[in-house]
Amino acid sequence: MLEYRVEIALWAISGIIPFFMLNIWTNNNLNESINISDIMLSRYFLCAFFVRQFSVVWVVFSFEEDSLMGKVSPYLIQPLNPFFRYFAQHLAEQITRFPFALIIAFFFFIFNPESIWIPNLGILLLSIVSTFLSFLIQFLIQSIVACLCFWIEKASSIERLLFIPTLFLSGLLAPVVSFPAYVKSWIYLTPFPYLIDFPANLLSGNETNISGGLSMQILWIFLLLPLFKKIWSEGTKKYTAMGS
Amino acid sequence: MSLRKYLKVYKKFLHTSLASELEYKTNILLDLITAILSLIGSIFLLSIFFQNNGYIGGWKFEQALIIQGIYTILNGITNTWFNPNLTEIVKHIREGTLDFVLLKPMDSQFYISLKKINPSGFLEIMLGFFLLFFCIRINQINLNLSFLTLSLITISCSICILYSLWFFISTTTIWFVKTWNAIEVLRSLLYIGRFPLNSFSFSLRIFFSVFIPIAFITAIPSEVFLGLSQLWKILLEVIVATIFLMTSRKFWLFALKFYSSASS
Repeated sequence: MLEYRVEIALWAISGIIPFFMLNIWTNNNLNESINISDIMLSRYFLCAFFVRQFSVVWVVFSFEEDSLMGKVSPYLIQPLNPFFRYFAQHLAEQITRFPFALIIAFFFFIFNPESIWIPNLGILLLSIVSTFLSFLIQFLIQSIVACLCFWIEKASSIERLLFIPTLFLSGLLAPVVSFPAYVKSWIYLTPFPYLIDFPANLLSGNETNISGGLSMQILWIFLLLPLFKKIWSEGTKKYTAMGS
Repeated sequence: MSLRKYLKVYKKFLHTSLASELEYKTNILLDLITAILSLIGSIFLLSIFFQNNGYIGGWKFEQALIIQGIYTILNGITNTWFNPNLTEIVKHIREGTLDFVLLKPMDSQFYISLKKINPSGFLEIMLGFFLLFFCIRINQINLNLSFLTLSLITISCSICILYSLWFFISTTTIWFVKTWNAIEVLRSLLYIGRFPLNSFSFSLRIFFSVFIPIAFITAIPSEVFLGLSQLWKILLEVIVATIFLMTSRKFWLFALKFYSSASS
């Protein structure tokens, strides 16, 4: 992974959209109406950036390429589920990305020195756990989509479709608190606010229901895991390798 | 090769790539739904910004929708032509097939920029036009000849700038081989084009007009729609677009000098 330093740095930069959104919010005093101060909002968006950096998943693209190229067949012979391979790749890249994310945070604090804060150790640990859970949820959802490769050739278009609600409802572009009431009434039942909004609120010290959020995250993992196992075993039965 | 021959070749390009794209019918359907959802999502985001404020950066909600419409058209054009073709350069260079392109008796930039087409982007272009017509009605814009020519000029200049940016970044592949992520950076910066430029702080506004010409891509055409833009801005956009097109062409020819195929 260290071989691709420039790429990973560029990727880290491409995640800076939350900062532009922050600029719109504070520059137009939009946050007054939702009762979040400038400082808390800037911490929120910084945390949203961090959570996003450590929960990005692209397993469907890797799997699609491998399955179109016929590389899945040798993986299937091995006694390990090939998704563990992708899982390890994701973790390795997250670790490589850490220093770049820190550099970006450093620049952020130079421009916004008043928003520096140090979360206490318990909150920090909890938010690392919830970021990891958010990563797991997204990894499971994408793996389920990736398994659809066994039925249709290009599963990545389903992923692009799913990415739209993730982008707009997860809290990456606007905190879920600011959503209109008719959306807030049902959004907490979907997995989306637990992907970015919940861990970011937790880490930035904004108001959030800690136990409720964590249990919803775990609940979604328990719902998605059996679904993935089912679709994986169905899919591998359906799988026909090139030439067979 | 004459212009007529290029047109003929382009017709063949269209035919082959449409035929191959239509093989994946479910894919096209999914892309269509994605385009619709993505427009709904951005309007939803705009409505959050406007739910307690009448104005953002001096723009009303109805006026901000114009920017959204122009952005949707440009994004549709990107998805139809720029994205499928220019990301292919990376593949050409990695697999060494650029040799075949260079050997063909036609302009390599023409071949590389227009070979493929992605039909699902058409819907996005249409959605953008619908939104624009809707905006023209709710903002009570008079449709007259000078307005139509000016908006046509500015939008085609925006397309030229956008194309040059994409082409420029893809050309750097000749040195760096893998530029997927540079394209991602470009995409995320262009995302800013959905919002009124005035809603950003002064320093960011300067950054977006000098370093990455997002200001020219959506801001000036939308000002034309509202009848706010001065003549010098339109002239400036035409000049910027010409400079961008010419430099991207020169840069491509310059980069080709550094291209060495896999076996040479």
